[in-house]
This record gives sequence, C-alpha cells and structure tokens, in this order.
Amino acid sequence: MLELQNICYQINDESRDKEILRNINLKIDEHLIVITGPNGGGKSTLAKMIAGIIKPLSGKIILDGEDITELSVTQKAKKGISFAFQQPVRFKGLTVIDMIRLAAGKDITIPEACSYLSEVGLCAKDYINREINASLSGGEAKRIEIAMVLARGTKFSIFDEPEAGIDLWSFQNLIQVFENMYKKIKGQVLIISHQERILNIADRIIVLADGQVIDEGNREKVMPRLIKSDIACPTLLEKMKQEV
Amino acid sequence: MDTIEKNLIEQVADIHKVPEGAYNIRSNGELAGRNTTANIDIVTKQDKPGIDIIIKPGTKNESVHIPVVLSLSGLKDMVYNDFYIGEDSDVTIVAGCGIHNCGIDTSEHDGVHTFYIKKGAKVKYIEKHYGEGDGEGKRILNPSTIINIEDGGYMEMDSVQIKGVDSTKRDTKAYLADGATLVIHEKIMTHGTQTAETNFEVDLDGKGSSANVVSRSVAKEKSEQIFNSRINGNNECNGHTECDAIIMDEASVSAIPQLTANNIDAALIHEAAIGKIAGEQLIKLMTLGLTEAEAEEQIVNGFLK
Repeated sequence: MLELQNICYQINDESRDKEILRNINLKIDEHLIVITGPNGGGKSTLAKMIAGIIKPLSGKIILDGEDITELSVTQKAKKGISFAFQQPVRFKGLTVIDMIRLAAGKDITIPEACSYLSEVGLCAKDYINREINASLSGGEAKRIEIAMVLARGTKFSIFDEPEAGIDLWSFQNLIQVFENMYKKIKGQVLIISHQERILNIADRIIVLADGQVIDEGNREKVMPRLIKSDIACPTLLEKMKQEV
Repeated sequence: MDTIEKNLIEQVADIHKVPEGAYNIRSNGELAGRNTTANIDIVTKQDKPGIDIIIKPGTKNESVHIPVVLSLSGLKDMVYNDFYIGEDSDVTIVAGCGIHNCGIDTSEHDGVHTFYIKKGAKVKYIEKHYGEGDGEGKRILNPSTIINIEDGGYMEMDSVQIKGVDSTKRDTKAYLADGATLVIHEKIMTHGTQTAETNFEVDLDGKGSSANVVSRSVAKEKSEQIFNSRINGNNECNGHTECDAIIMDEASVSAIPQLTANNIDAALIHEAAIGKIAGEQLIKLMTLGLTEAEAEEQIVNGFLK
C-alpha cells in the first residue's frame, strides 16, 4: 500500500513561488489506480515524486508502512517502485535487450526478453538488437518503455500517460497489458491518463486539478461526475472524447 | 611467452591460443611466432623493421593476426608493415598493440601500416590498442595508417583504444580511386591525464568513391582529446564524417571536421557533437535500480560498444 501524507511542492516561476501540489493525502491500496485531470494539474509531478525524481517540499511518502520520502531514485527502485516515463529517454549504443536486462536486474535469455516485447505488441526479433536511439518512433520507444516496467515486475508500477503515441491497433492490447499486470506481477499499477478506456478499467480514479485532489472514488462514481460536471477543464473533456 | 604477454595478446587480438590462419606475433621488438598459408605470405623486411603481408588475388574468407606486445619498460619499438591485398580477395586483418609497463621508463610502439588494396578487394581491418601496468613509465602508441584503394576496392577499419594508453597520436591517410569505399569506426576512451589525437585525411579522388569516418569517444577525468577529420572531394563522390563525444569531469575534447569540395558533384557532410551524459539518461537507469555510478558505466559502455 502506498500512502501520501500532506504532500506539498512548489516551484519558483519567474521569481514567484507557484504551488504545484497542495496537501495531497491519499491511501492507495487498490490494484489499478488512474490519476486524471487537466494539464498542469500536478499529475506528472506527483508520479515523479513517488519515483523519487522530485522530493516533496513537505509531507511523507509511505510504502507498505515504511517512510520512503527521503530515499533516492535508486533506493526507491530497489524498494519496488517502477516508473515508465511520459517521454522515453534515448540512448546511443544501448540496445533493447540491454535495457530489458537492466530492467529485469539479471541476464535474462533472449526468449524471455522477447516475451515482454510481444506483450506490448512489438515483434521481438525486429527490435531486440535495435539501439534505443532517435531511430525508434515515438510509439515504439513508448512500448519498449512499458516492456521495461513489465520486465521489472515490481510491487508498485507507475505509467505516465502510456497511451501517448500508441496507435489504434495496439491500444486494446495495451489495455490488456494493464488488466493482466496485477495477475502477473501481483503489484499495484498507477496510471496517469486522459483516456476514457483506461479510466474504464480503473479500480479507483483520482482527479487532480490545480495541485489538489478534487474528486476520487471508484469508476462508477467518478466517471459520470467527471464527464458531466465542469470540474474538469475543457481540454480534458476534449481529450476524453477522442475515441482511440 | 609469459602470462603478461599472453594477456596482452588476448586484449588486443581477442585470441586465447594460437590463431587460425596466418599470423605474426611481435613481442618486445622480436619475432615471437609466425604462420603463413597457401594464400597469405608474411616476409620480414630487410631494409627496416617490419613485415610485408602479401595476400594472393582471389583469397576469400581468410584472416591475418599481427599483434604486437611490449612488456619491457623503456622499450621504444618502431615498425613498418605493408599490406598487399590482391585483386578480388576478401580478408580480415587483426592488428593491435598491447603495452604492459610496470617500470619507470616510457614504453612506446610506433607503427606505420600501409595498405595497397587492389581492384575489387575487400578488407576488414581491426586495430586495438591497450595499455596496462602500474609503473610510472608512460605507455605511448602512435600508429600511422596509409590506405590506397584501387577501383572498386573496399576497406572497413575498426580502431579501438579503450584503456591504459597514456598518449596516442593516430594519423590515417587514405586515397580512393573510382568506386572505392572506405568505412572507419574509431572508439576511444581516455582517463587520468591521457592525451589522444586523431588525424584523418581522406582524398576521394575517384568517380563514385565514398568514405564514412565515424568516431565515438569518451573523455574522463583530466584527459584531452583532439579529433581532426578532413575529407577532400576531388571527383563525383560521397563523404561523411562524424564525431560524437561524451565529456566528463574536467576533460577536454576538440572536434575539428574539415571538408573540401574540388568538384561540383562532391557531396560532403560533417557532424560533430560533444556533451556530457544527459541527466535524464542517468535518472532512467536509476529508476531501474542502478546507482548513479552504475548508470554512468552502462551509458559509457553502450556508447562505445
């Protein structure tokens, strides 16, 4: 279980302090949680904070009863937190198999690595020795990013807008990846998403706007409110309406 | 040969025992072993130190290993090796030099390698440089390579220097005739107070000739690297040169590409990029559980792979 206690964060923007997260209090023990909300609402900041990339100004992050607030990125990763970036990072020279092996933390076989790629809809033999450089398309890099989290198989996996750049054909496959993830790795999955079809598989939806949790609950409760009410900004509603 | 020398040979030539095919092993300035085949002859030069490697026309899928090792501190070795690659042959040549210096005097190996690649011949040339030993004596390697490629000939040169060489100046000159192709991949890593200077000069003299000169390097600590790459397009030709360097700590890297087109149909491109390891690359690997130092090592190893 992941617990966020009174999380606050601010940045200094043009010599003015700007609050990004304001007193976030959440206890997360569901299998599949989706955080949604308008752009600039603080979703990615919160995800990066859980992964240790950003430290909160105040507040605590508790994983299975242990305070992990001050742990480094590496230490948090070792405690079982995985993070799929919104914008996958490119590496000259490192190949897909290198990265999957680093993610798995051991020298897994090529067939094992291929199985992770197949899950995200990539034909493994075409990709296994490709460099993770600028020659990969955005969608390819994104799927490899997701495959790395699958290879880690940790107890708490975070995906920051995994749908971005994924084509129509693969989208259903992606939904299945998340649906199957709990069964496979017995870990919790937290997804930041604007996609209605991802929201539809959530056990719990958290709506974050202007650095605050403005709504949350199971999807049956939150979805109708989210679509009808004006709590969400027009950009979010527009994004959600886009059928993939 | 003793264990130190065997280890050096393994480092520079990837061979664990006597290599297959033709070979010539030079150890501390002396001949330590030679084998010739029906198609490949190796002859000691009479006028100066060095050997002639003569490959018969039409020789296919054969290899020559010519490692050099220096384990005596203070030895200065200089050789001239000439390679005659017969028409329509297809061979691999593995050269390389390893220095083990645990003394206080400078050990140096300077090699001048000249290639005469005949019509339609294809050569893969692999050159590795390696230094080790905990003495204060410097380990210096200054290889010169002169490449002459006749019509339709092809040469691929992989040059690697990853560890332990204190100072290196590498000069490579190439002359390409009609339809000839040259591909060079250089990989260098320097650390401590090492210096590495690379000078490539390629003359694309022939119609339809092409060259691709690519260098990847990592400069750590207080080391210095200079990369000069000059391509002269003297005919209808294609030339590309690229330098990609990672700079770390207090190191210094200069990349100086130079293109000269002396023909309206010469198409020449250069690219050069120098920068530190991107912070997001380190963070990505740290989210996989690597420490910052481990992440850095993976990025550098991948870059130079």
